[in-house]
Amino acid sequence: MRAPGGPEVAVGGVLLAVENVSLAFGGVKAVNDVSFDIRKGEIRAIIGPNGAGKTSMLNIINGFYQPQQGRITFKGEARSKMRPHDAAKGGIARTFQNVALFRGMTSLDNIMAGRTLRMNKNLFWQLLRFGPAMTEEVEHRHRVEEIIDFLKIQEIRRTPVGRLPYGLQKRVELGRALAMEPELLLLDEPMAGMNLEEKEDMSRFILDVNDHYGTTIVLIEHDMGVVMDLSDRVVVLDHGVKIADGTPDEVKGNQSVIDAYLGVAH
Amino acid sequence: MFYREAGQFKTTYQADQAVFPILQDRVGLALILIGAFVLIPLVASDFFLSVVMIPLLILALASIGLNILTGYTGLLSLGTGGFMGVGAFACYKLTTLFPGVNIVIWILVSGFFSTALGILFGLPSLRIKGFYLTVATLAAQFFLDWSFIRIQWLTNYNTSGAIEVPTRTLFSFPVTGPNATPQFRYLVILAVVTLLTWFASNLVHGRIGRMWMAVRDMDLAAELIGIPLYRTKLLAFAISSYYCGVAGALMVFFWYGSAEPGVFNIDQSFTILFMVIIGGLGSLTGSFFGAALIYGLPIMMKAVLHGLGINILPATVEHLTFMTVGALIVLVLIVEPLGLARLWQITKQKLRVWPFPY
Repeated sequence: MRAPGGPEVAVGGVLLAVENVSLAFGGVKAVNDVSFDIRKGEIRAIIGPNGAGKTSMLNIINGFYQPQQGRITFKGEARSKMRPHDAAKGGIARTFQNVALFRGMTSLDNIMAGRTLRMNKNLFWQLLRFGPAMTEEVEHRHRVEEIIDFLKIQEIRRTPVGRLPYGLQKRVELGRALAMEPELLLLDEPMAGMNLEEKEDMSRFILDVNDHYGTTIVLIEHDMGVVMDLSDRVVVLDHGVKIADGTPDEVKGNQSVIDAYLGVAH
Repeated sequence: MFYREAGQFKTTYQADQAVFPILQDRVGLALILIGAFVLIPLVASDFFLSVVMIPLLILALASIGLNILTGYTGLLSLGTGGFMGVGAFACYKLTTLFPGVNIVIWILVSGFFSTALGILFGLPSLRIKGFYLTVATLAAQFFLDWSFIRIQWLTNYNTSGAIEVPTRTLFSFPVTGPNATPQFRYLVILAVVTLLTWFASNLVHGRIGRMWMAVRDMDLAAELIGIPLYRTKLLAFAISSYYCGVAGALMVFFWYGSAEPGVFNIDQSFTILFMVIIGGLGSLTGSFFGAALIYGLPIMMKAVLHGLGINILPATVEHLTFMTVGALIVLVLIVEPLGLARLWQITKQKLRVWPFPY
């Protein structure tokens, strides 16, 4: 169920499929035989109680962890091993639960850093900072300024991010991910620790990113209201096992989901 | 009142992405360059040039080298002295093997030998981090220091184990060796340091600088946005060692005139590291400040004590210097961990709004 007002994005074929993926740390099964798919252009939420394996799932998708079993198909290509660097090249961007910005750099530089992969002028031109290197720098500055306008963070361009309040840091981090022009954007609790107003802003940005750039979004979030309003489909994990998958309405009525969240009488 | 950017509007991103976007900064830089290239050689005494300016520029260059690795990329190295030595010995071998080639070319080429060794000793940086990497660079320092003493081929089998700098000319003026005047030595060094500082400034303000700082600040996130960690770290090692190597070659050829292998020992590494820390990690301007303070302070103290007519032993002055520098490092780390460069920034910020408080 989408928030009313925004135009619907056409949801296309499968962008990424997770098949029978398992990951264990020693005796702890963080993810156990989980399968689901993510379709092009949708907002897909992953929810579940603490320790359900949601973040592990994101880490598997963007290559931080290698699953011990199962396989992942991204853009029609199955893979067994992938480094985060390859995931970035393939078009997967990510934000972190605890903000992972480059604290010593300004907001502008943080977002510019997000465009590193798209910049290719070599050391020679970089030493001169002239000609092609400067043209490239300016060209990417244009793109970054679009993102800065989009996220309404013009006035903190030159502020080192370490000095920004938490809500703005999250926004800059989203900006850095957007600068990569990703096909798939993984958001790990983008609204953790925010007040209502900041949550509303962030929700709006997420919807706009989806509408405006057509980016497919995977969202981990604990605020059920947000999840139900934003997402097209929801996966529910509990103790590493998938217990439900479907539209927000279907998931809301699912008995095992209610049990997982509220507990069952033994 | 005069240092203010009000009314300076940028109409292009090119202007806004400039290294010095503020007009007054550009004017100031131009004045400093004119002063350094024209005024100082004309008016300064030989003593001032060879005892103050030449060492200062060379040490600042080495600090910039270490700052690229430690300040910008966050890899703490104790191998600076060793890498400087590689540059010095490479330059010595090259100019004695091929005396016909201009010495300035050999100075710039000898840096590449340091680069090669820097990359070699940077190889462990993929697997090990933090203090453990520092220990690896310490190993490099000891290994290189040992090589300079033991491998006599490096000193052309000189019985004293030291290198004697031969006389070399530039535009038929002697610039190295006993006959070189401080003016020419100073100008050559100034040209090299200016060029390399300009390169460094270009690098750290562009894509590569952002990659280095990203690795320094949060390596996981850097990897995630597609920055190859290993290559970025190795590039930092390579470029940092190049700067150290050139500084080492300049040090022996244009400052000491002859050098025993011992000058590139661990003390040298620590001296440069102190300069970087006091000057400011991650700041090129800071490298100059740091070099000026750590190198200049003892000279100033001696001059002041002489001027006051206080008659004390040179050894006592040296002890006093050690204590002062030590106390200063502790003080800076407590009061302003980001070094003199940060103080300079604060001063500029205050100047911008002066005479109003904000």
